[in-house]
Amino acid sequence: MHPIDRSIVQPALDRFLNREVYLHLETTNGAYAAHRQESKMTVGAYIRNGRISFIRGTITGEGPYRVGLKMQDGWVYAEGLTDFDLGQEGKLLLAGHDEEGRLAVALELSMEPFEL
Amino acid sequence: MGQHILVVFPHPDDETFGCGGTLALFAKSGIPITYICGTLGQMGRNMGNPFFANRETLSKIREAELEKACKAIGIQHLIKLGLRDKTIEFEDPEPIVNRIEQILREVQPSLVLTHYPGYAVHPDHNALGELTIKAVSRLSTQDRPTIYAHAFARNCQDVIGPPDIVNDISAVADVKCAAILAHRSQSQVMFPRDNKTEVNEPTKNAYSHMLQRESFWTYRCF
Ligand SMILES: [Zn+2]
Repeated sequence: MHPIDRSIVQPALDRFLNREVYLHLETTNGAYAAHRQESKMTVGAYIRNGRISFIRGTITGEGPYRVGLKMQDGWVYAEGLTDFDLGQEGKLLLAGHDEEGRLAVALELSMEPFEL
Repeated sequence: MGQHILVVFPHPDDETFGCGGTLALFAKSGIPITYICGTLGQMGRNMGNPFFANRETLSKIREAELEKACKAIGIQHLIKLGLRDKTIEFEDPEPIVNRIEQILREVQPSLVLTHYPGYAVHPDHNALGELTIKAVSRLSTQDRPTIYAHAFARNCQDVIGPPDIVNDISAVADVKCAAILAHRSQSQVMFPRDNKTEVNEPTKNAYSHMLQRESFWTYRCF
């Protein structure tokens, strides 16, 4: 992955506009957050291969970045994004990493289902 | 019946951090080891430090790391169950118990290593430990292997008492160290690179106890 460059990520988001696409959306503070007493709670959520279609998709912020995808009937939102990857055909990977390189948030779009 | 160890854990690296030394000692004395690994740790948040994996490449990277670690420890037979990280507790238990039972009957282990249900922190650990114990309890009493259960929840000793098996693994610390380093994507964040030697040095930090001792609770199934 590479540090986010909005001038690359914005057109990449636009390529998914108004199409039926697959979404991976995730946030986590680590399975051992409470055990290691880094936090009171272990918190995480993910959606893998949610099918969505969005009519407007925007990346904002000065880093870490935010992305909002406006759908006909709702929103997809992620903040804390730091890095992107366009290395796989038909996929845009966005993730937020902490200072130790650990993933804290991910928002990914794909024309094809993500691998299970 | 000859000795044979069956190890059942959900994530690549569980075999290393929790019991890599114990397994290395068994392997050194010529006892065969079969490892059933439940998932590929697809949802781990450690991506290396500096990170070199991403959510979509992590499973392949961890699969390769797992094979390297098994080689280091001396695990000859690896069975991947193909489950998905963080989902074991939500699966229909029956097919998984059946699969483990079938492997138990084939391998006829003298000892099974798994997580102690309820005291192993990660929901996948607790779930697969429970399924494994369920599978063992389907065997007739005389065919049942001994079970070493691994527990590390903060409060666990208050409830289940002290571990009855404490292995000194210092003689194979280098082997465990090699297995830890094989799990690069997961261990780099724990053992930051020493700039002078360009190698990770687990011995010099807070995790050094992991290279000295490993503890288990003998689990009685009814
Ligand atoms: Zn684990």
